[in-house]
Amino acid sequence: MRVLVAMSGGVDSSVAAAVAAEEFGRDRVVGATLKLWGGSSDSGCCSVADVEDARRVADQLGLVHHVFNFADEFEERVVGPYVRGHADGRTPNPCIECNRHLKFDRLLDRARTLGFDAVATGHHARRRTTAEGRFRLCRGVDPAKDQSYVLAMLGQDQLARALFPIGEMTKAQVREEALRLGLRTAAKPDSQDVCFIRSDQGRAGFLGSRLPLHAGRLVDHVSGEDLGPVGAVELVTVGQRRGMGHGRDGRRRFVTRVDVPARRVWLGSPEDALAAEVRLHTVAWVDDAPAGGGDRCADPAGTVWRAVAQCSAHGRPVPSTVHPEGVGLLVRFAAPQRRIAPGQTVALYDPGRPEVVIGSGIAE
Amino acid sequence: MHAYLDHAATTPMASEAVEAMMPFLTGRFGNPAGGHRESRWARRAVDDAREQIAALLGADFSEVVFTSGGTEADNLAVVGGWGSAAATRDSPPAMVCSAMEHHAVLHTCRALARRTGAELTEVPTAGDGTVDLAALAEACTPEVGLVSVMTVNNEIGTRQPVEAVARLVRDRSPSALFHTDAVQAVVWTDVGAQTAPADLVAVSAHKFGGPQGTGALVVRAGVPIGPLIHGGGQERDRRSGTPNVAGIVAMAAALTVAHAGRPETVTRVAGLRDRLADGLLASVTGATETAAREHRVAGHLHLRFAGLEQEALVILLDQAGVSVSAGAACASGAVEPSHVLVSMGLRPEEAAGAIRFSLGPTTTCAEIDHALAVVPAAVAQLRD
Repeated sequence: MRVLVAMSGGVDSSVAAAVAAEEFGRDRVVGATLKLWGGSSDSGCCSVADVEDARRVADQLGLVHHVFNFADEFEERVVGPYVRGHADGRTPNPCIECNRHLKFDRLLDRARTLGFDAVATGHHARRRTTAEGRFRLCRGVDPAKDQSYVLAMLGQDQLARALFPIGEMTKAQVREEALRLGLRTAAKPDSQDVCFIRSDQGRAGFLGSRLPLHAGRLVDHVSGEDLGPVGAVELVTVGQRRGMGHGRDGRRRFVTRVDVPARRVWLGSPEDALAAEVRLHTVAWVDDAPAGGGDRCADPAGTVWRAVAQCSAHGRPVPSTVHPEGVGLLVRFAAPQRRIAPGQTVALYDPGRPEVVIGSGIAE
Repeated sequence: MHAYLDHAATTPMASEAVEAMMPFLTGRFGNPAGGHRESRWARRAVDDAREQIAALLGADFSEVVFTSGGTEADNLAVVGGWGSAAATRDSPPAMVCSAMEHHAVLHTCRALARRTGAELTEVPTAGDGTVDLAALAEACTPEVGLVSVMTVNNEIGTRQPVEAVARLVRDRSPSALFHTDAVQAVVWTDVGAQTAPADLVAVSAHKFGGPQGTGALVVRAGVPIGPLIHGGGQERDRRSGTPNVAGIVAMAAALTVAHAGRPETVTRVAGLRDRLADGLLASVTGATETAAREHRVAGHLHLRFAGLEQEALVILLDQAGVSVSAGAACASGAVEPSHVLVSMGLRPEEAAGAIRFSLGPTTTCAEIDHALAVVPAAVAQLRD
């Protein structure tokens, strides 16, 4: 078994590489850092500092290390759609698109052509194999760090060649192991936010450099009354509360809808901001779609399933029913939830085994 | 079996060069600037080396300025040369360089243009891999203060028409200095003769069997050039800092060896290179050789494998024991698209599967056999 470890230069993937090297032997494990972003970032141009961390950890572990330049694909598949999404009033999750198109497509392909059997990453998630030889995607053991949400679009083909060596460890154990091994990344802070946006620039600065931003009007969700100006409609997200002030009743106001072409942002009360359901497109199943009599979650009618929905990276799991609608899904929450911004991913888990991912889709 | 076919990146050191430098890394230490015996040893060694290097580069003793390598030599030539041209004019003089220049020249010219507002023309490459002389002629106006065209291209190995460029510069931009980056030329051509008409000539020791971190710029007598690095005024005030005595001594030894062995090396390596080229072109479909062989130096073979990812091929060949390179690498180590191929008018997809095989004086028959055995299989694996 030859394994390519995706090493970002962070502590999780450093320890993932160490665990893989221990398990498979260091002559069968190779580290690779993806150069994804050619612009400036918090870790410097071309992320040179992160590449150096990854390379030095690989050196220390006795692993060969390569850098793969996937900057063009990253721009095409992640950054471009992120920018265009905002221009259309959607809020895509770039980490999920990066996993979908870069780590678990482009990198898997690259690994296969180089003769590797699997790609290991430092995600906090677990892969299990069933008695029938099918692969399950499960939450990592550390609930605070679980990353199964950003992997919920993986299918059997990808999982068959994916390894998550630190999924059984808590973050504290990961750091402890890094410290025990004397890895230079042991105390490196966790990465935050979007990797291609500098913290001094922020989302507004980044999008402003790529898009014309338009001022618009705030409108009451119920009455349609004009509530005043808003700086840039492209920067407003459905469900957002920050900066939206209070209503006449003194309660906080939430964004309930964004219409970029009309330059309008609707605001409502906490109740107005709730939704009973969400429609999903770009649906992906970890295993075969639970069609008809899908065993785990089928209801007696065979067309509706129970599932637990998670609507953000660390959102609370919500019992739901899932209704197929053509190639999409309608997810009905057991209790109304804060509206899901268009473009956000909803991950679905097995209600009987809440750590098991069933699939995911993108909110319309 | 392992085949090292990346001599254009760096060469193994000649044993003569290692032997020559050893005393200066051990007992025979000394700072050439001083009044005692240790200084005299060091000064004598540097001067002997300067004399040998000057003779082999067709320069005078006083024309050789030692630097930390090819990149510094190019920077000194561009910034210093342009500066001396600017000193005699009212407005910032224009610059002309070939678009295929090494980044040591290209990026220095661009930075200088940005900083000073000087106009910079990057002259495209003709389809045969040599600088487009018609476009160069057009760019060479009387206002131009510096022209830089390399002697041999580092990626595709094409010799550039230095003589014709020099004539053009003399005729059309009579007050311009002409710099040539000869870093890739030393092993394969008589650099002294080739670069005789240039005002400034850069070389780098580790490209011809010397150590890394040592280079030289030939600055013709009467060419006024200011320093990039200020300090104690070493190298006749053109490059301050205590010279790298051991490196300079080794560079002289390596240059002597390279020069003496050149006729034999060129004939033998051209034979190996041709065998590698013909073998790969016959056994791999969709492979194209960049630039005709008569335009290239003996050690270079640049192939483009249609539809292949060069980054993956380099790694696969590394795993199979063949060291080659794919274009230029950026600071992170990632492979970047080749500006040289783009300057020839190749579309990005045509430039995508480019691999440079560069041979050197130490390349053996067995290494070529190994490459011939391994490369077709690697290409097939990637296309699978």
